[in-house]
Amino acid sequence: MPVDPDRKRKIRLVSALSVAVLLAVALIYTSFSAATDARQPSELLAGTPGTTAQMNGRVVKGSIHEQGDGIAFEVVDRDGGSQALPVTYTGTVPDPFRGGREIVLTGEVQDGTFVGEPGTLTTKCPSKFTTQNDA
Amino acid sequence: MPSLGSALLALAFFSTFAAASFALLGRNGDRRRIDLSRRLVYAVCGLLTACVVIIELAFLGDDFGFRIVQQHSSIETPTFYKMAAMWSSQEGSLLLWAWVLSIAASAALYSTRNRLRELVPWATAVMMGVAAFFTGLMLFAPDVSPFATLSPAPADGVGLTPLLRHPSMMIHPPMLYSGYVAFTVPFAFAVGALITRRLDSEWIRATRRFALIAWAFLGVGLLLGARWSYTELGWGGYWAWDPVENAALMPWLLGTAFLHSIMVQEKRGMLKVWNACLIVGTFSMALLGTFLVRSGVLQSIHAFGDNTVGPYVLGLIAVVLLGSTALIVSRLDDLRSPKRIDSLVSREAVFLVNNLLLVGLTAVIFWGTFFPLISELFTGTKASLAAPWFDRYTTPLAILLVLFTGIGPLLAWRRVSWASARRVFRVPLAVAAVTLVGLLLFSDAGGKPWALALFVFAAFALSGLAQEFWNGAVARRRLSGGSLPGAMAALVGRNRRRYGGYIVHAGIAVLLIGIAASSSFQTNRDLKLAPGESTVVDGREVTYERPTVRVTDEYLQFGALLSVAEDGGEPVLLRPSRRYFRPTGSGTGLISAYFDGEATSEVGLRAGAGSDLWTAVQPGLGEVQKRVRKADEGFEACLRGAPGTPPQCDVLSGLMRAAAANPALQAPALEQITKLQSLAAERIAGSYLDDDTPATFKVIVDPLVTWMWIGGLIALSGALIALWPSRGRRRGALVRTESDAQKEAKYREIRDAELDHASGKLSDEDFALIDAELRREAVEILDRV
Repeated sequence: MPVDPDRKRKIRLVSALSVAVLLAVALIYTSFSAATDARQPSELLAGTPGTTAQMNGRVVKGSIHEQGDGIAFEVVDRDGGSQALPVTYTGTVPDPFRGGREIVLTGEVQDGTFVGEPGTLTTKCPSKFTTQNDA
Repeated sequence: MPSLGSALLALAFFSTFAAASFALLGRNGDRRRIDLSRRLVYAVCGLLTACVVIIELAFLGDDFGFRIVQQHSSIETPTFYKMAAMWSSQEGSLLLWAWVLSIAASAALYSTRNRLRELVPWATAVMMGVAAFFTGLMLFAPDVSPFATLSPAPADGVGLTPLLRHPSMMIHPPMLYSGYVAFTVPFAFAVGALITRRLDSEWIRATRRFALIAWAFLGVGLLLGARWSYTELGWGGYWAWDPVENAALMPWLLGTAFLHSIMVQEKRGMLKVWNACLIVGTFSMALLGTFLVRSGVLQSIHAFGDNTVGPYVLGLIAVVLLGSTALIVSRLDDLRSPKRIDSLVSREAVFLVNNLLLVGLTAVIFWGTFFPLISELFTGTKASLAAPWFDRYTTPLAILLVLFTGIGPLLAWRRVSWASARRVFRVPLAVAAVTLVGLLLFSDAGGKPWALALFVFAAFALSGLAQEFWNGAVARRRLSGGSLPGAMAALVGRNRRRYGGYIVHAGIAVLLIGIAASSSFQTNRDLKLAPGESTVVDGREVTYERPTVRVTDEYLQFGALLSVAEDGGEPVLLRPSRRYFRPTGSGTGLISAYFDGEATSEVGLRAGAGSDLWTAVQPGLGEVQKRVRKADEGFEACLRGAPGTPPQCDVLSGLMRAAAANPALQAPALEQITKLQSLAAERIAGSYLDDDTPATFKVIVDPLVTWMWIGGLIALSGALIALWPSRGRRRGALVRTESDAQKEAKYREIRDAELDHASGKLSDEDFALIDAELRREAVEILDRV
């Protein structure tokens, strides 16, 4: 039986759209479940330990030292703040990492110390468009 | 000089308004006004060129009265980086944007100076509107004037940050910017076409070249950025799904979709709404890229501190999106095409699928990139998505894209009978099957289904493309004789767009093979080794032979000599190291400043066709730092003239006391101290050689990663072939009128169909039908003339 071409087009359009909608729902669903929360050091100090989070903070100048196989240092909130969160991290350190820099690190709080997962430390590239106080 | 620059910039700003005004005043065919507006665009280009020259001269001449020079260069900065330092600043990048735009606008208006009378005035107005926006920003937004001055002029500048000292710094940013900016041209002509309701493919023919140039530039920019990350950043990767990377990838993907779908409009008059939406999307993404780089709304490893121009760019994006959407909606009736896609087995149907995949890919990346903002909106916390989330969605889409990269070139336009399709698919399918069996039997690719699928599809695509070249060359030789390579060259030369495009496809397939192999089969190990120790990584014995130290005027470098032996073979020597840049300026304070400074990894890399061996080192500086602390304490005691310090200290402390009493002595005293500290730092650095402390190494064995760069170069060469002007154009036989252009396009289509027939892609029956259709359409065009 010949199918009316307009009808055929409509069926195609509807099925393509439903596939797209299904994919979009999957995308939205997984993104909310796969995302790691971004936290400031002060929030981590106050929050419940043992949940994985992405910590955004600023490394305290002069606090970096070697400890065991890795390094230990302290971070504070990006816009300053007095509460310092101790951090331990094993693994290679990105080039721009040093005191005073903003970092992003995934890990969890154990006994008051933020333990970073190896390979998740990123330092904000200070390269372009640095402000005057940064330079 | 700075005031001259500001004046020229202001003049350029007013010229953009004048050009736009005269263009719009002449929109009803007033030739004189339109000519005047075009010349004003040339003038904008000339003025901005002068501005760039002034800035470059200031950099080369160390004129620290310019704030931009003082903050991004210094006397010691190598000349090469002085020339590139302009675009490492925000104001310099804006100037670069505006300058490249003025060049692109001039080229576009020059190439259309005798045609598209109705459309050009509007396109001029749009391009000049964007140019006015960027020149206006430099003039009126706070802190972004490239001609800001410092008074009195400092003696030296801050210098370019060491991380940016990579040869690709010279071309990577201009490439990306040129890519972003050149998309303005097709966008502007699309807006002109919509406003004047000239919605056939004339705007596409006029700007196709610009879209392709933009696409190629953006691609090169992306590739260079990846290369820089791989060789300079010390983490061994080339892509991190960082917002700024995504911001450049998204317009590139949409631009790829656009370049394909405009062919459907050119040849079949379909997909007009789609193309208009795509170019609006591409241009908005290009602006969004500029915005993301400037605004800091998203957490990125690229920190772009200044927040001064972000809101303005966001405003421009809003205007572009709202205005274009309103325009497209109001022209929907004119955009509707009476034609339908004839068959699902045709090139246009494959292009449609490829477009959906590319747009889907862009949508995924867009969602992931902006997820922190989305999640903050819904849940109140900024949550971000990591690379695995991106990989999960982009991998299958990319794999399907490779498949269609192979299928598209095998099908002819309009329709292909199943019999013809079977004939052209036979060889590529066989090659794909052999590849599948071969990989399953002789490699461990079976454990990685995604990578396996990609290899098989890429084999399909590459063999299909090879078959295209082969059949085309054989058909060509049948027609005109000669040798097979000669026929191949003539074939490509006479059909640059088609075969250039095929070469791009081959390049992308090779590039994706490199990405799939290096991401799925990479060995990545962090090791801690003391000098003399060795360990085995992926069948290779890695030995830390000895530490190395290098002292230069710029930096202290701690490194390692590694030897890597692959089962019994000659060992390869690699020298990864880490550079600590010396503090700049006088009176640096502490010796430890020499070790806390900006550090960069120098990668020890051995590239090979089979696999890359990539190493980086994190020197164990614990002992060195202890000595530094002690030295700092000693030095301080010495300066104070504390009891128990060696007799030489008396001289120093005496100098300090004299300096405290007499300000004129302060500078030489500081200089002496800096010199002594520098000597002490060098001495301590040298002691690292005897330390025997273990260092941390990152060793990566990256299979086939070299093919990623090679694939990129292949794709670029294909784009250049497609861009190369045809012989007629080179001789100056410019297409004069729109109907000439239509006629030429239709003739090209007829030639394409003949080639498809001769090379066996179209069966005799298919060809007879299509040829008759094309000739009828050609006659219609001729009738109209």
